[in-house]
Amino acid sequence: MRTDRGRGRRGLLAAALLSATAAATHGAWAAEEAAGSPEAAARFGADWQSWQAANDVSDIPSVQRGARNFVSYCLGCHSLKYERWSRVGEDLGVPPRLLQQDLLPPGDKPAQYILTSMPAADAEAWFGKTPPDLTLMARARGQDYLYQFLKTFYVDPASQTGANNLRLPTTAMPHVLSELEGLKRAVYKEAITGAEGGQAIHQQVFDHFEQIAPGRLSAAEYDGFVRDTVNFLDYVSEPTQTARRALGVWVVLFLLVFTWLAWLVKREYWKDVH
Amino acid sequence: MADHAVVADDEVDLSRRKFLTRATIATGAVGTVFAAVPFIESWSPSERARAQGAPTELDLSKLEPGQMTITVWRKSPVYVVRRTPDMLARIAGHDELLKDPKSDKSEQPPYARNPLRSRSAEVLVLIGTCTHLGCLPKQRFSAGELSAGWPGGFFCPCHGSRFDLAGRVFDGSPASTNLRVPPYSYPNARTLLIGADEKGVA
Amino acid sequence: MTVKTATGAPARLPGAAAPKKGLWAWLNKRLPVDAFLSASATGYYAPKNFNVWYFFGSLALFVLVMQLVTGIFLTMFYKPGELTSFDSVEYIMREVDFGWLIRYLHSTGASAFFIVVYLHMFRAFLYGSYRAPRELLWLIGMLVYLALMAEAFMGYVLPWGNMSFWGAQVIVNLFGTIPWIGTSLVEWIRGDYGIADAALNRFFALHVAAIPLALLMLVVLHLVALHETGSNNPDGIEIKEKVGPDGKPLDGIPFHPYYTVKDLVGVGVFLVLFALVVFFKPGLGGLFLEAPNFEPANPLSTPEHITPAWYFTPYYAILRAVPDQRMGALLMLLAVVSFLFLPWLDRSPVKSMRYRGWISRTALALFAVSFVALGYLGMQPAEGLYVMLARIFAAIYFAFFLLMPFYSRIDAVKPVPERVTYHAH
Repeated sequence: MRTDRGRGRRGLLAAALLSATAAATHGAWAAEEAAGSPEAAARFGADWQSWQAANDVSDIPSVQRGARNFVSYCLGCHSLKYERWSRVGEDLGVPPRLLQQDLLPPGDKPAQYILTSMPAADAEAWFGKTPPDLTLMARARGQDYLYQFLKTFYVDPASQTGANNLRLPTTAMPHVLSELEGLKRAVYKEAITGAEGGQAIHQQVFDHFEQIAPGRLSAAEYDGFVRDTVNFLDYVSEPTQTARRALGVWVVLFLLVFTWLAWLVKREYWKDVH
Repeated sequence: MADHAVVADDEVDLSRRKFLTRATIATGAVGTVFAAVPFIESWSPSERARAQGAPTELDLSKLEPGQMTITVWRKSPVYVVRRTPDMLARIAGHDELLKDPKSDKSEQPPYARNPLRSRSAEVLVLIGTCTHLGCLPKQRFSAGELSAGWPGGFFCPCHGSRFDLAGRVFDGSPASTNLRVPPYSYPNARTLLIGADEKGVA
Repeated sequence: MTVKTATGAPARLPGAAAPKKGLWAWLNKRLPVDAFLSASATGYYAPKNFNVWYFFGSLALFVLVMQLVTGIFLTMFYKPGELTSFDSVEYIMREVDFGWLIRYLHSTGASAFFIVVYLHMFRAFLYGSYRAPRELLWLIGMLVYLALMAEAFMGYVLPWGNMSFWGAQVIVNLFGTIPWIGTSLVEWIRGDYGIADAALNRFFALHVAAIPLALLMLVVLHLVALHETGSNNPDGIEIKEKVGPDGKPLDGIPFHPYYTVKDLVGVGVFLVLFALVVFFKPGLGGLFLEAPNFEPANPLSTPEHITPAWYFTPYYAILRAVPDQRMGALLMLLAVVSFLFLPWLDRSPVKSMRYRGWISRTALALFAVSFVALGYLGMQPAEGLYVMLARIFAAIYFAFFLLMPFYSRIDAVKPVPERVTYHAH
């Protein structure tokens, strides 16, 4: 059972939204971040470990934007080898023509699995390891992990790629989204992390981020970009999840009715027992 | 009085008991049927089978007159023949020897329900599976190849069914219907697309 | 003598068509259908005072059937093999119609099986159901439990995720602690120098065919043993000791229709809870479907924390509590095997906790708390406070068994009533 109800409606919605994505992202998230306040800027990133993706896979326009983001920025190195293009089209209400035009790389057919064009051997040579397939990453690491990963890149001259990441330190992945997010550096402070032999151990720990170069998107826009992308990865890790929950409502209701009836029968028969 | 656990009670409960039991059994039966649906559905062709069953394209420019090529669509062999004018002439004139000359009982799309059993006169597209028990019929296109008076067509080696150059079955064959025609179309003059036509993908 | 219901009609299984005298008689001349139904359902008397703890036997049977059906259907699409297992599971989840549902039923069913079985076993602790004359019933049940653990362990390896691989690696390596034969044994189990295709394929054969057959036979044996002695009950009284003039226990009621009808309600409630998990939280936050298993098996990358599935973690905690690998493995084995001795460790003159004193009740409560605590600790990293707590609770766990011959004998007992305590409901 696919999510095939309302495909017509969603198709129209998709067409409208795919062409108005910039406005949509900006409007939706602008209210969220209190990015303007100087206090927030000064402490930006201090609480990164508690950041949550808070995504909603039933928000189809968001997942569509995430699909488009993935194709533009991730497909160059990462595959989604368990998902077919046509499945993305069906589930997200993208009509075949738009799928072909906006998402499908030239030469790929809709029935094909979503594969990256980068040869694995080359990737290994350039990055030191093959960029992993991302189909199940949202289930393997969680949406919050992915969200934090995409938002805690910082400039690090010591690393191969010139960037490092708080969520996955010494990641081999370069800061691909730097053109959108801009560049930021990590500011450390000295803190006492433990004690040994009566002596306190002082170490440099991460305190907060400092933006050193702006990106094409504002902080709020970039946040929306990341949430949409994580939302898409969440969808792709389990495309049937929306249908699963919808079916579940009916199943549980039916079972409640059945149990109630069974209980009435039981009570009736057990009047015999003294 | 026997000090038993179960004591027969008043008869008034009988109808309520019967009704409730029947209602519960009925609900349970409905639930069981619904529960069976996912298991039965799981046997339908999967996404992979459906993807592999997508329409097959064939480049007709390589096909010489009088030649037959075999391709595959949905796990079945498909015979594609470029018939010569001579072959076309040998299709007419033996309707009384055929079991289903008008293709009333056979399986083909509407545009193949004609004496030539094809969209265009020249190209014949058939499912290469004998309608008897499923062997692959062999081509016997030359006149007189099988016997005197043989107009040309197909011969199935398994049980001896014979078909003419439009795939129509002859009397005396164990098969009872003509060779099946799949849905097909010509996206352009050079290309044959098996498995898709005006109605969409089969 | 046929049993009549309150309606005066002869008891019959619900849904059966009105028996044609001819066909039914024909069948009964060739198979003992009537005799069987009478002996095991309409004429089999069970104590009337069963409470909520008595649902879990029939629920276990229900889950077994469900696992068999969903398992068979999974086997139609799953392809065992190092290179194909993981992909075929994703194929089932995405490309087979309703494959996702069949998979979740099976994975949730495995955990549900253990929840039901643990509660089923706990009932025995509460009411002394393992005591004479039911010692063999208890032992057969323990064999079912052991077979179930083997079945679950092998089943978990089949998706060939990273936790499948490393879980198999750790558990199979445990056999290496056996003196003298350990190393060869491990290589023999694996069929290779490491956990790989050979191990995966043989676990597949065992999980799909061999152990289910053994399980079915053991469950049948378990039911036969139960019907031989009759069931225990919350008061621990033997109802067969008080029969009426018709030879039937005064405190017993025919299993059909009374317990068939009651167990149906149990199934209903179970299914509601089960469906809530399957449809709304099948992974249950990593408890039923562990996150690292969504990455393919990687012999070069160990997950941060290797933990077995939750139903094994109490024993895993005991294993890790001991600093020595061999001793830890031995103690873990002892922890499972201890259950087998219960019928002979328990020296109390009464069966049911209802009529025992505070010592036995405290001991049981401590045991239950320890089991759950060890389960939790088995999921945590083996460091610091967790290890110390695991040692304490492991000590309590073993004390429950080791000291039982003493405390069960000296504990106070209350007078056991002649007839079962029952309130109409």
